[in-house]
Amino acid sequence: MADPGDLTCQEFVELVTSYLDGSLSLVERARFEAHLTNCDDCPLYLAQIQQTVRALGHLREEAIASVARASLLAEFRDWKRAQGSISAS
Amino acid sequence: MHPESDEWRLIVALRGGDGAAFAALIEQYHASLIRIAILFVRDRDIAEEVAQETWIGVLRGIDRFEGRSSLRTWLFSILANQARRRGERERRVIPFAALARAPGDEFEPTVDPARFEPPGDEYAGHWVSALPHWEVSPEVAVLSREGRQEIEEAIATLPPNQRAVITLRDIEGWDGEEVCNALGLTQTNQRVLLHRARARVRNLLEQKLGSAGS
Repeated sequence: MADPGDLTCQEFVELVTSYLDGSLSLVERARFEAHLTNCDDCPLYLAQIQQTVRALGHLREEAIASVARASLLAEFRDWKRAQGSISAS
Repeated sequence: MHPESDEWRLIVALRGGDGAAFAALIEQYHASLIRIAILFVRDRDIAEEVAQETWIGVLRGIDRFEGRSSLRTWLFSILANQARRRGERERRVIPFAALARAPGDEFEPTVDPARFEPPGDEYAGHWVSALPHWEVSPEVAVLSREGRQEIEEAIATLPPNQRAVITLRDIEGWDGEEVCNALGLTQTNQRVLLHRARARVRNLLEQKLGSAGS
């Protein structure tokens, strides 16, 4: 096994979010990346976190329910009518 | 907000009473408003009402919106007010302070320490056994109704403050600064909450998707 640098895997997993947010210092980032290059398992951990984040992003793809749409458009028409009566008076 | 952005054009059109602009806005944001409202009220039906009341607030306040903040920041502020008002009537609502609660200062490992070689060992702090590969990528799993539900359930088990941060950051795609402003968290606290939340969701996915070695 290659020398995974001075960072342990246990330390690596706690730096993943800061790494992805770009908030590690240059020195920390270099240690993190050195570990990433030399460790057999931690690249998979990082990849799984990234897959998790992307999967969460897919949850947003949710359409508005047609009942809600109809009810909101009715609210809009009421609002517009009320506005019209204000500007007309 | 940039005066030539698409969102600003929608706002201007909505002020002029353009129904198509309103339809476009609800198409884009209504599902997100419900998801964010659930952070406060927990109950889906109440969250839907809060989201609906938010749009009524948008229509009433549209003339006063100057575009100094982004549209979603403005939507969030109206929604948070509606949810708070709701909270005065109903006991089930989660106080805003619970969503904005800073994480404790004490270090909490996000991966079970038993997965690493103990101190004193030649390989102290290194994985005891190879990390299992996932049979199915969660990005594929989430496309099925069942997979989607599992991920939703994983998020539902998180403490309110972690759930709020991961929902806004990773589901809704807000950046760290927007989340800090919306919830009143420091960057450091926001990041710690996101870190714990992501690790917990990953751990739960590992239980569902992990295969022994490979």
